[in-house]
Amino acid sequence: MSILVNQDSCILVQGITGKEGLFHAQQMLTFGTNVVAGVTPGKGGEWVLDGKVPVFDSVRMGVEVTGADTSVIFVPAKHALDAILEAEEAGISVIICITEGIPVQDMMRVRSYLDNSQTRLIGPNSPGILSPKQAKAGIIPGNIAIQGNIGVVSRSGTLTYEIVYALKHLGLGISTCVGIGGDPVIGTSFTTILEMFEADPFTEKVIMIGEIGGTEEEFAAEFIASQMTKPVYAYIAGETAPGDKRMGHAGAIIEYGIGSASTKTESLHDAGVIIAHHPEEIPQMIMKSLGLVNADIDR
Amino acid sequence: MKLHEYQSKQIFSRNGIPIPQGRLASTPIEAKQVAEELGLPVVLKAQVLVGGRGKAGGIRLVKTPDEAEEEASKILGNKIKGLPIRNLLVEKAINIRQEIYFGITNDRLAGKPVMIASGEGGVDIEEIACTMPDKIIKVHINPLLGLRDFQVRGIAAEINLQRENWRKFLQIGKGLWQAFCDIDAMLAEINPLVITNEGHLFAIDGKITIDDNALFRQRDLIDMRDLSAESPEEIKARKFDLSYIRLTGNIGCMVNGAGLAMATMDNIKICGGEPANFLDIGGGASSEKVSAALKIIMSDPNIKTVLINIFGGITRCDEVARGILTALEDHNLNVPMVIRLVGTNAEEGKKLLSDQNQITADTLFEATQLAVQTAKGIKA
Repeated sequence: MSILVNQDSCILVQGITGKEGLFHAQQMLTFGTNVVAGVTPGKGGEWVLDGKVPVFDSVRMGVEVTGADTSVIFVPAKHALDAILEAEEAGISVIICITEGIPVQDMMRVRSYLDNSQTRLIGPNSPGILSPKQAKAGIIPGNIAIQGNIGVVSRSGTLTYEIVYALKHLGLGISTCVGIGGDPVIGTSFTTILEMFEADPFTEKVIMIGEIGGTEEEFAAEFIASQMTKPVYAYIAGETAPGDKRMGHAGAIIEYGIGSASTKTESLHDAGVIIAHHPEEIPQMIMKSLGLVNADIDR
Repeated sequence: MKLHEYQSKQIFSRNGIPIPQGRLASTPIEAKQVAEELGLPVVLKAQVLVGGRGKAGGIRLVKTPDEAEEEASKILGNKIKGLPIRNLLVEKAINIRQEIYFGITNDRLAGKPVMIASGEGGVDIEEIACTMPDKIIKVHINPLLGLRDFQVRGIAAEINLQRENWRKFLQIGKGLWQAFCDIDAMLAEINPLVITNEGHLFAIDGKITIDDNALFRQRDLIDMRDLSAESPEEIKARKFDLSYIRLTGNIGCMVNGAGLAMATMDNIKICGGEPANFLDIGGGASSEKVSAALKIIMSDPNIKTVLINIFGGITRCDEVARGILTALEDHNLNVPMVIRLVGTNAEEGKKLLSDQNQITADTLFEATQLAVQTAKGIKA
């Protein structure tokens, strides 16, 4: 089973007539996810994806007609703030914002606004959520994972795919994989997702993939030490990253000596987290903990 | 994007924050003229985008016009931490009774701007944070309500500012917040904010960092970007929407995704090698982009091996392979290439590259091991 989304989730795609939105809406449909509506202002009334998905002018109309409860946002950065607020106002319960490049001050306003809302925002700059046999809401390739009991939470995209794929290679499956996003200010923290995995009866182990920048991981370490009973494995990217340089993600920067990989690794280690030194070590460690010897381990 | 001190001060001044009288000079003669106009003594300040200018000899107090010219000629054209000094800010010297730190930045975890102040200004805030953490006052600002007067008064009281200065301090605080919002700053700091013997307040030094993601709506700030702090390759990479950061090692890396690119670099280190760069080609890169990326990597003379690690999701491995081939047509690559293609269209990609002199790998770890070995001249 899963957290945040499941096979009953009704997905609405904001920006569905754009190149990215359309491509990924198709991928989600192919995966078997209920993509019930799309939104592009000015294109209401059209149908896309071989007439399978109706397009609406507003999220509100899409929700009223189709009962969508989850939105995946692909709109360009300059319109993303508006798209998030529109989804919240229409009563969407989980908003997944894929858009990269949203100004951080916009995100701070959104965060403060959502403080008084029931809506949960994942991202921005998130690859989305994938739960094998349940739902795919976002851009994580559907074929890289099999169903299982490992929860995955991460700040990056392809690095996560890499680890999930390596798990599959060893026959290890995941419950849900959540990309919280690579921006400095994001809607949902590591800690909140860890809390959800801790409460989810179908998740037995958790993998956390962090990176340099900010103090999210340190904060999560406090939660793990005091609240988590399930084993947590972690890998933090950016040990070799120089200070004061933004490493691709807007949030991946060591500033004033804050946010280095080593401080994060240390706090997590002190919190009882099992630390991997390179990504492919995580599946190997899990195999070992299960007492499974696999010929692939030493590869 | 970082702004120079003189640019930051222009913005401060526009927002009602008092700054010392001063002007920019790019030649020693000009420095002398400005010094005479302003009246001596003046301070000459090298405009470079790194910290520690004072210690590196980039800040000088001069008392005569000739001295201004002489000192300016020593500073101009020099380098601080590798960055050339093209301009000097010549400013009227100001007497200092007290130095205050006053800034606004983003608290990433709280998701709110935070105003930070300390009565112990003049040194780096990190240094104050280490040595006297209790001397730092932090107040979160609700971005929907903005900075409120009482918050600034509260800070003034906390740092033991004399009441007679509260009104001016409030004006500066509000100006700083206004600037922070207007220009989409990630950081706007005055350090030090000085109180003179006469009881005036001046922003003596300042630093502003603009959110790169907001440049689409800060068009007039784009011209303020100083490209001299960046390598030509980094500038070229930005044109192609690539993230490239030159490092000091000899293994060139091309990866899709920032996290995976960092992990690839880390793996190289674990295997005993040194990465030559960080390079993220992003998601769904076209062959043109890949080809540009490979050329940028190859322009680094230290390169001994190129490691290409692609996990295809939206990115198609065949498209990446085509880009590699295009780059190789224009440029002879005389170093070994270790290529790992996994995911979308990986087989097609591998087939396209099969005629090339390359080493292939299945796992990330294997790929980095091979890259490190070849960079060291060990035959794989």
